[in-house]
Amino acid sequence: MTSPGRHKGSLWNTRENLIGTDNRPFTFSLPMKQDTVELPASDRTRPAKLPYDRYRSGVIPYRSMGYWQPDYVPAETDVLTLFRITPQEGVDPEEAAAAVAGESSTATWTVVWTDRLTACERYRAKAYRVDPVAGTGPGTSTPQQYFARIAYDLALFEEGSIANLTASIIGNVFGFKALRALRLEDMRLPVAYLKTFQGPPSGIVIERERLDKFGRPLLGATVKPKLGLSGKNYGRVVYEALLGGLDFVKDDENINSQPFMHWRDRFLFAMEAVNRACADTGEVKGHYLNVTAGTMENMYERAEFAKELGSVIVMIDLVVGYTAIQSMSRWARKNDMLLHLHRAGHSTYTRQKTHGVSFRVIAKWMRAAGVDHIHAGTVVGKLEGDPNIIRGIYDTLREPFTPERLPEGLFFDQDWADLRKVMPVASGGIHAGQMHQLLSYLGEDVVLQFGGGTIGHPMGIRAGATANRVALEAMVLARNEGRDIWNEGPRILQEAARHCAPLEAALETWKDVTFDYLSTDTVDFVATPTAC
Amino acid sequence: MRITQGTFSFLPDLSEEQIRRQVDYALGRRWAVSVESTDDPHPRNVYWDMWDMPAFDLDDPDVVMQTVNACRRAHPDRYVKLNAFDPTSGWETVRLSFIVQRPKDEPGFCLMRLEGPGRSQRYGLRGYAAERPAGQRYPGSAW
Repeated sequence: MTSPGRHKGSLWNTRENLIGTDNRPFTFSLPMKQDTVELPASDRTRPAKLPYDRYRSGVIPYRSMGYWQPDYVPAETDVLTLFRITPQEGVDPEEAAAAVAGESSTATWTVVWTDRLTACERYRAKAYRVDPVAGTGPGTSTPQQYFARIAYDLALFEEGSIANLTASIIGNVFGFKALRALRLEDMRLPVAYLKTFQGPPSGIVIERERLDKFGRPLLGATVKPKLGLSGKNYGRVVYEALLGGLDFVKDDENINSQPFMHWRDRFLFAMEAVNRACADTGEVKGHYLNVTAGTMENMYERAEFAKELGSVIVMIDLVVGYTAIQSMSRWARKNDMLLHLHRAGHSTYTRQKTHGVSFRVIAKWMRAAGVDHIHAGTVVGKLEGDPNIIRGIYDTLREPFTPERLPEGLFFDQDWADLRKVMPVASGGIHAGQMHQLLSYLGEDVVLQFGGGTIGHPMGIRAGATANRVALEAMVLARNEGRDIWNEGPRILQEAARHCAPLEAALETWKDVTFDYLSTDTVDFVATPTAC
Repeated sequence: MRITQGTFSFLPDLSEEQIRRQVDYALGRRWAVSVESTDDPHPRNVYWDMWDMPAFDLDDPDVVMQTVNACRRAHPDRYVKLNAFDPTSGWETVRLSFIVQRPKDEPGFCLMRLEGPGRSQRYGLRGYAAERPAGQRYPGSAW
């Protein structure tokens, strides 16, 4: 849609909009008159007065079209959203919020009489609250932003379809000219809607019971270099890392089926490595076989082959799309397979806090869509991650209920309706020397992935894996004994290294490696009591 | 070989005091502690033999330690593990599980292969010790 005209207090300067490019007014009547129509007194089923203006042809502010309802009390079954809105200069925040509500539900840029054929009051999204964002606007270097809350009736959405949910909520509205920027910060998915989703095919509890691994984070690594290895060389990395003590090794997001390694070669050699390592350790091990492909048919074919070879887990990339993710989730549930999701591409829309969709919303969609693992940030590694934001995301994936906690970006109470728990995956620039920080920040229901931190070990891949496993077990043991691992962490690692030369070497090699940059995605919240 | 199942298999075998502290941690979270043993530690063998019932509502780790030691004395040549079970909603599963005794000699597993279509193989594991009848698998006492 387009947004002609300049914006003065309203998104639509009505008279200007009705002027054609040649400056001649159009011939239809302007919606300026405050008419009402008297209905027959005998008609008790209709309102006594009709807001005739509302449906006269032309353009009126979204606010006046019913999309701004400050006294609306959201229903338990409503989908609720919180948008961060940066209006263009001079655009009134309530009108901006109403416009977002309108454009993500029933509105188009002009009045349509066909609204009258529907129960349109119900289908309109209702913006019901707008708050200025702290630290923005006059006196700051940032244009004024607002948090707008919008409620959507459940009837707007198809059951069990992330594609439909997102086509509504983020389908059209993000390019809206009257807004400088728009970000979907959080959503409340009602229990009634969540019950229409399958959720994770296995979830944390079943994953642990299947793998027979309890009480500690799982350990993984991504094969490096991610491109160029032949199947046989690739499998060697998998074998060494699993033998050394990792639970999982992983294909990277862009390892699909390239000239240097066809997917079947990779699957065959990787599963040889997995089974050798199981026999050598007596543990259940896995390799995330990435089944991402150009078509669903190819993905199913690859997943079936992984199953035939006895893999416990397959992997897909976020870029396959929400519907493909839901299809693979159903396949995984049907075939007793763990489903790992790499969030390839997400930073293009999750990282900047003024525009896009926050990752905690993506996490909510993915728990509903149904994945068992999802990459969700590390706090201490090389990739984006403010500690509060990460906590909000991890809780979203793992808890049965997440209460409103503004500092963590959780703007709504969210009941997860017994959907299974998703195992978050921490990956990117982490190493054994950070084990106390990782365990403190991320807890024990997480996969810690040390790619470079395993394969880059000076004594080899197997030693790198052992260093990580020993560091992890020593830290969990110490935490359970009641030691203050946050402060004593480095000493605990040194103690463990006394009986483990690979850990000693790892601590020495990476002792000074940190990625201490300012986060771009932090929470700004208004610490006022919630009215609704 | 050394079977590395359980939460702490990469650390040196835990001392009595170390085990006791882990028990203390579990009881502090109101988890039910149980002791199990097996002479078939195949990774897919999830049903080890229970030694008595899981202990609910315990406060004293010494009671658990007595149970652990009773099981170890009765089965000196078996694997013994300690599980802590969390009955709270959303979990209802084991939250901590670690080996507290292992046989002196661990012969490990044979990787069996069956050629399949193309280059694929069907894999299976068989414990070398499990080739002998139950009760005769790990000669020599670890206790």
